Amino acid sequence: MSWSRREFIQIGSVALGATSLALGGRRSLFGLDSPDVADPHTDGDRVVATLCELCFWKCGVLAHVQNGRVTKIVGNPAHPLSGGKLCPRGTGGIGLLYDPDRLKQPLIRRGDRGSQHYEAVSWEAALDHTAENLLKIKAKYGPEAVALFSHGFGGSFFKHLLNAYGSDNVGAPSYAQCRGGREVGFQLTFGAPVGSPEVLDLENCRAIALIGSHLGENMHNTQVQEFATALSRGAQLIVVDPRFSTAAGKAKHWLPIKPGTDIALLLAWIHVMLSENLYDHDYIAKYALGLEELKAHVADKTPEWAAVETGLSAGQIVDSIRLLAGARPAAMLHPGRHTAWYGDDAQRARAMAIVNALLGNYGRQGGFYLPTKLPVAKYPGVPAYATKPPPAPDKPKGVTYPFADESLAHGLRDASVPGTAAYDIKGWIVYGTNLMQALPEPKKTLAAIQHLDFLLAIDVLPAEITGFADVVLPEATYLERWDDVAVTPYKEPFVAIRQPVVPPMYGSKPGWWIARELSKRLGLETYFPWTDAGQMVEARLSAAGFDVAQVKKTGVFVAKHKPICLEEGLEPTFATPSKKIELFSQQLADAGFDPMPKYTPPEEPPEGQFRLLTGRTPTHTFGRTTNNRFLSQVYSENEVWLNARIAKERGLANGEMVSLVNQDGERAGPIRLKATQRIRPDCVFMVHGYGHESKGLHFARGRGGNDSKLMSRTKIDPLMGGTGMSVNFVRIEQVTP
Amino acid sequence: MRNPRYVMLVDTRLCVGCKACVLACKSENNVPDGYCREWIVEDIWGEFPDLRAEIRSTRCNHCSNAPCVDACPTGASHFALGGVVLVDHDACTGCKACIASCPYDARYVHPDGYVDKCTFCLHRVARGELPACVTVCPTRTLHFGDANDPHSEVSALLRSREWKVDHPETGAEPNLYFLV
Repeated sequence: MSWSRREFIQIGSVALGATSLALGGRRSLFGLDSPDVADPHTDGDRVVATLCELCFWKCGVLAHVQNGRVTKIVGNPAHPLSGGKLCPRGTGGIGLLYDPDRLKQPLIRRGDRGSQHYEAVSWEAALDHTAENLLKIKAKYGPEAVALFSHGFGGSFFKHLLNAYGSDNVGAPSYAQCRGGREVGFQLTFGAPVGSPEVLDLENCRAIALIGSHLGENMHNTQVQEFATALSRGAQLIVVDPRFSTAAGKAKHWLPIKPGTDIALLLAWIHVMLSENLYDHDYIAKYALGLEELKAHVADKTPEWAAVETGLSAGQIVDSIRLLAGARPAAMLHPGRHTAWYGDDAQRARAMAIVNALLGNYGRQGGFYLPTKLPVAKYPGVPAYATKPPPAPDKPKGVTYPFADESLAHGLRDASVPGTAAYDIKGWIVYGTNLMQALPEPKKTLAAIQHLDFLLAIDVLPAEITGFADVVLPEATYLERWDDVAVTPYKEPFVAIRQPVVPPMYGSKPGWWIARELSKRLGLETYFPWTDAGQMVEARLSAAGFDVAQVKKTGVFVAKHKPICLEEGLEPTFATPSKKIELFSQQLADAGFDPMPKYTPPEEPPEGQFRLLTGRTPTHTFGRTTNNRFLSQVYSENEVWLNARIAKERGLANGEMVSLVNQDGERAGPIRLKATQRIRPDCVFMVHGYGHESKGLHFARGRGGNDSKLMSRTKIDPLMGGTGMSVNFVRIEQVTP
Repeated sequence: MRNPRYVMLVDTRLCVGCKACVLACKSENNVPDGYCREWIVEDIWGEFPDLRAEIRSTRCNHCSNAPCVDACPTGASHFALGGVVLVDHDACTGCKACIASCPYDARYVHPDGYVDKCTFCLHRVARGELPACVTVCPTRTLHFGDANDPHSEVSALLRSREWKVDHPETGAEPNLYFLV
């Protein structure tokens, strides 16, 4: 600035005075009378506290309603996960509620699967037809032949229904396609998964390392809030990512790693921590097992060795881990969330867990906290499930994934191809997850569907999967329904509720109502002894001793803080077989796996091809929000990121439309090319969830490219069956206009 | 009582460009489809792998020496409480002289025919609330307050942090500060 602030203010005053005269005193300058800005009048005559469902995080929101119409959605300051602040999606609930493409009435398929020829029918007819088919499958194959694919909070009613029906085949793509590898790696090391919300005390962290996690583009509200708080307090940041992510732009060290070589970096970090004595000796001595084995394991994993593998410099590797370890124990290697990358993801998570163990941060302030949760009893009088169903047929015959602790969604899909798994799946209930995009290898999904006796889809929007269903049931959005009581393990013990803000639009019905109606037709009504979900929620809250009226008013009850870390007097415990942190895993050794993570070099991209990496944008949750016209005003299509030098060499211009063709000839696009310095030359990046084909998604259809189509290959994690998806290579074709 | 000078501070170290501010503004102010009063600027310098980035949320700068107010022939563009620059919809003829004069491209013609832009949510400020963008921001990038009050948070930040403004060369004396 070339002038002082004093001059600045003086000049301003002169200018203001002049204007005041010009206006002839029509307006009071700086007057404290009422401002003459027109109030846009978006405040509601009613404000309802509820829980967001634009993603799965369940932030508390306040919905403003004016004459029965939701005008705006803001954060609920009383809710621990939002603290009154929202990610961009949270505001965009109105774009979902008033989406003109919503499913409006129950549909029964009249043409071939995929022909999208449907007849609108009454709820009575649709529910009867559904129940009839489910009973037929039960009689013919047994109840376990029906699988539920579910995403989101409302799925709890359908899981309960399916369990009562006699099947435990519930597959969520959020496990094997997302956070499963991470959970297994941490479970094996610390005896507990990282969970959701992740048990990370980011706000008190003084040094944070991210590997492939692009916080800030990946908008988990609470976590991004804490991340920003840490940065504002001067926390140091290290970002390991082939792409110069938003977070990388804020980092002290950006390590543009060669994709697939993370374990080499991690082993070298461990090597430096051990050889330079950067680890927490007392903590490891007290809580961990296997230090000597670990030392021997990484003895030759020098930074110089890792530099060759990772494309990083040895200096960067050493400097970054010194920075991180220098802040321990308030230092954290973030465990990430979407971790289904290369098929060795549980072992990579193990390596990350080991780095954290050496930082001594588990159960410590600024590290991994030990969450608390309020006890809220189940609704009384719900009978126990009558049968114990057989284990899921979610892996090929003769194969085991010994550390999988949830069903594999793609495995249940594959078990629908007769004779390939322990038993055949014949019916699908698909709730709130667009399997055509949520699962890799969409051709396998298509083939599996053709073998089914019955497919029921319950959704808000006509996502691709609904086009293959026999019955489509239109669910009310989260703003129009009750869901179960939300009891979340977190830093603060709290309960929160989702309650209807406005009545269901069109012919849509809440999930709880659909499940309950089906239960009646399946002879399972005793499992739904309540009259409606609102009554059920109130009864549960009341039985747990909460002031129901108050919880309904504020949407949340936060109990007194309890200790969550060593600094607050809570001694960490570890539910591993040894009751210690297992740097060396006997469990893995006994099951025939590497007891400590080993590095395997990744496959090189074939000539002229690039490794396909995918990620998130802050404005959208996968493909579930890409039809949201409100949100799409700020992000309406994905782009494919390509290194600018490579683009220039190939005569590709920034902003031009291209097609992506993978190693198996699968195509996606047209998609806009983003030629940028912000990515390595050997890979391309795109945001997941675009390139919709469903005719009913009038806005999203044809926008951007569908990354799922390009994932015709997966690499299966031998520990837990996760589908590594960053193992596909694409070439870029110009689209001739 | 001293006259307030309302300013907004954008902490570029914290902004992740998520656009929560843009969307909260749209729904608070009922901004018509296809228009935004706020936007995100992402600057990237350098070549792979030596890169530097700055992300900032931006909007009308509510200049103390506002060219738009000078340019407005009808007096529709004017200074209101706290020096906030407003457009009186009824007095605006939609001539666009202000749009041409604005160094920040912060104004647009509302489909109803008048020129529209950020108001610093003065309707909220007048009742003691913060602008919608400041309230929603998950990274606490945005700060709003009275720069004439030496005890305000914004005054403290302007004293303690390095800052810059956009287009200082125009002499418009903007009241949107970027903490760097």
